[in-house]
Amino acid sequence: MGRPHDDTDEASALLPLPPATFHILMAVADEPRHGYAIMQDVAARTNGAVTLSFGTLYRSIQRMLDQGLVEELRERPAEGHDDERRRYYRVTKFGIAVAKAEVRRLGELIRLARATSFAPRRT
Amino acid sequence: MRAYRLLLHVYPTSFRSEYGGEMAADFAARRRRISGPAVAALWFEAIADAASAGLGAHWDILRQDLRTTVRTLGRRPGFAVAAILVSGLGIGATTATFSITDHVLIRPLPFPDSDRLVSLWQDQSYRGYPRLELSPANYRDWIQMSTTLASAGASRGFSVNLVGGGTPERVEGAAVTADLLQTLGVHATLGRLFTADEDRAGASGTVILSTSMWRTHFGSDPNVLGHTIRLDDAPYTVIGVMPPDFTFPRREALFWVAMRLAPDDFQDRSNVFLHAIGRLKPGVTVDQARADFSRIAAELARLYPTDNQRTGATIVGLHDELSIGSRTALLALTAASACVLLIACSNLASLLLARALGRQRELAVRTALGAGRERIVRQMLTVSGVLAAAGALVGVGLAIVAVPVLATLAPDSLPIAELPNVDGRLLALVTILTAVTALGVGVGPALRAGRAGVAALRDDARAGTSSRTERLRATLVTVQVAASVALLVVSALLLRALWRVEGRDPGFQTTRVLAATTMLPMPRYEATATRWAFYQRVLTAVRQLPGVESAAYISFVPMSTDLRGGIFPVTLDGHPQDPTTTHVAGVRFVTPDFFRTMGIPLHQGRDIADADTAAAPWVAVVSESFAAQNWPGESPLGRTFDLAFHARTVVGVVGNVAVRGLERSSEPQAYLSAQQILDRYMPWFAPKDLVVKSTFEPTALAGDVRRIVHEADPDLPISNLQTLEALVGADNVPRQTQVRVLAGFAVVACLLAGLGIHGLLAFSVSLRTREIGLRMAFGADASDILGLVLRRSAVMAGAGLLAGAGVAVVAGQGIRAILAGVSPFDWIAFGSAAGLAILMAGAGSLVPAFRAVRIDPLTAIRHE
Repeated sequence: MGRPHDDTDEASALLPLPPATFHILMAVADEPRHGYAIMQDVAARTNGAVTLSFGTLYRSIQRMLDQGLVEELRERPAEGHDDERRRYYRVTKFGIAVAKAEVRRLGELIRLARATSFAPRRT
Repeated sequence: MRAYRLLLHVYPTSFRSEYGGEMAADFAARRRRISGPAVAALWFEAIADAASAGLGAHWDILRQDLRTTVRTLGRRPGFAVAAILVSGLGIGATTATFSITDHVLIRPLPFPDSDRLVSLWQDQSYRGYPRLELSPANYRDWIQMSTTLASAGASRGFSVNLVGGGTPERVEGAAVTADLLQTLGVHATLGRLFTADEDRAGASGTVILSTSMWRTHFGSDPNVLGHTIRLDDAPYTVIGVMPPDFTFPRREALFWVAMRLAPDDFQDRSNVFLHAIGRLKPGVTVDQARADFSRIAAELARLYPTDNQRTGATIVGLHDELSIGSRTALLALTAASACVLLIACSNLASLLLARALGRQRELAVRTALGAGRERIVRQMLTVSGVLAAAGALVGVGLAIVAVPVLATLAPDSLPIAELPNVDGRLLALVTILTAVTALGVGVGPALRAGRAGVAALRDDARAGTSSRTERLRATLVTVQVAASVALLVVSALLLRALWRVEGRDPGFQTTRVLAATTMLPMPRYEATATRWAFYQRVLTAVRQLPGVESAAYISFVPMSTDLRGGIFPVTLDGHPQDPTTTHVAGVRFVTPDFFRTMGIPLHQGRDIADADTAAAPWVAVVSESFAAQNWPGESPLGRTFDLAFHARTVVGVVGNVAVRGLERSSEPQAYLSAQQILDRYMPWFAPKDLVVKSTFEPTALAGDVRRIVHEADPDLPISNLQTLEALVGADNVPRQTQVRVLAGFAVVACLLAGLGIHGLLAFSVSLRTREIGLRMAFGADASDILGLVLRRSAVMAGAGLLAGAGVAVVAGQGIRAILAGVSPFDWIAFGSAAGLAILMAGAGSLVPAFRAVRIDPLTAIRHE
């Protein structure tokens, strides 16, 4: 699955990101998490508005591993966090680049929307 | 939890083994924190999730596999193209031929309970007519005495001149008894069928139109009923229109009139012209009907010994009303296409086996790296599926092109309306067969790779598998050689038969003679003098055209498709009258110059002359066979005989003519003067076929001939305008198509088998590079190495040749009916097929053999 991750063209080729992928990227942005923790984090972050199903979660993870957006942690995280049945995922540099590109894309979209009556203008 | 683990089986195995454990743990974690109705909601969510995400995961893999497939096939385009072409060829050929065969031989006729419909024929096998039409009197008695028929009807050909509305034209139709259409079980889409009082003598004429005639001649006018049309100068009222798919008795029939038999028609039991159809009572078998009619025929033979002695009954299911020739030809083609499919499948299998063997190491490496067996199998299945699907596409294209060509083989003697189309179900079936072959061959190596694991990386294991695979491939190649040899022999036999038939002398010259039909409508032309005036006018004008050597009129030009029946008993004066040994002859009325125009040699005496009028002595020119039959060893000149209601004296003897085509035996012929026929007698035999001999390409005369006939009678249509070459050629079209298609199959089979040999030898040489190198290092020379490679090829070719010849012997017996007298063991056919097969094997081995000779021992040994 190794691939050069510094290519911005390659990053923009993955846009727009599916919502589930973007949520997962946000969930593992700050610390490595296992699947169940990602699910809980997404639910908490969105006040329960978004709940990832098991199938969607792991299918997304599989695809994100293939695309190099996340990687599996080889070493276990710090004591106390460890749950030995589970695998932990963290965002890669390429994943960060893709997430940033998606944020830029969304920002641009919002900027355009503000020019219309769809969204409140920035004060 | 067990239930959830079961649910996880919806996901692909690779996905499940990767994430199943965690998903189950996550599910358990959530389950622990809830109770009551929330549990049901969780389950509901899990099931919906499995359905959507599971399917999605499968789709992900398929997409990935398709991408890989396209990439790997693109890397070896030769393999991909070969595999796709091979399977396409097999699928296309088989689908096309099966479509025709199904249409003609298998599908029921388009009538309700069509298996209860039978054709009724008189059987006079003793003089070569197992299927003879019925006379009206015999038909009437058969139907009255029968206990096995629920109903019956009869028809006869009825072609007429249709005048009014532009150019006069000749239209084919049929005269039917009132109960015929009811017996078939059909209904009119507009109007009604005939009633019993409409098929009596003296009834006014009624006609039912086919949809196509209603469309072309009446613009689909819904108010057509009650209109009167003139057919051969007589008025007929339109009473109905038949549905578009109704065809009877042949595809050409465009209308049906009620047959109005006069009491006179029931007098002569030897005047046979009715084609009778019966519908069996429910539960009655064809065999029971046969017994019934044999009894009736025996009874009538006792009552009317003069005409009915030794006359039996032939009862055949309407669907089996096919000549043995047509049936055999279709079955032969079907078997041939099955052969092509077999060769294609085995070639595909061979290609895939070689490829799988080549990829064995890669598969082993992938397995060793942790790719599950399921993933590898899926990948291989996708490759096979893609190849089969692409092959099917090629096959569809091929079948669409081939079916119209093959359709000319469908005989027009069956009441089947439209020509066959490519059959979708058959296409699907054949594609599935090919796909199963591809999958079967594709999955085997994948499964083995999965099982063998890392062990497959060892050299000895590889050698073991490859020798097994080679043996399998060698068997497949032998099968291909055998099938192609069988096809080659059969096509060679048919080609010999075609040449033999084409080489037969029709008895007349076909070059630079134009033929045309001008049917003279009765009763306008029922007086012999009126007709004679017409002939004189047309012939005089035609003879004056530049380049015309001679011209004449005859009742039926030889090999005319109009000709049905027309055989009469000959009574010789002074000879005892034994009805069963009565000699018969075909009757033709001719104008002078007929024999010169046709190039029929006059052996003795003179031609019919202008002076042979009704007032002069009545004369005849007879064929050699006629003379030999009636006066063996004696001169026929001056002899008299009774034929066509009058005594005639022989004034000339001409050569025999194949009047019924090159493949059927023809009865002896008596040519009578067109002026020596009583008014109103034998109107069907009034000369109507014009033949013109010219010094140049005669089609250039067509326009002038049309003009001259139009000037003589503007109401007369001209039909069948063609050269005699075309007329005789048309007789051979089905045979030519047959040979072309079979030879095409044989060539394809031969090429495929050659490719098979080439592929296998090339592969085996590349596998044995090291061994060959070692042999050369130890002193083997080029001829040893050549021998090594060629011996294998010879063994496969020899085994295939023997097996193929065996199959060909059986096949030759099966197609004896269409071999036109060529022996099924014809050594030229077998010899040339064997020669071609050896050539093909040699060509296939050439490149691998040279490659083997040019192996450099040093490089070969270092290479490994």
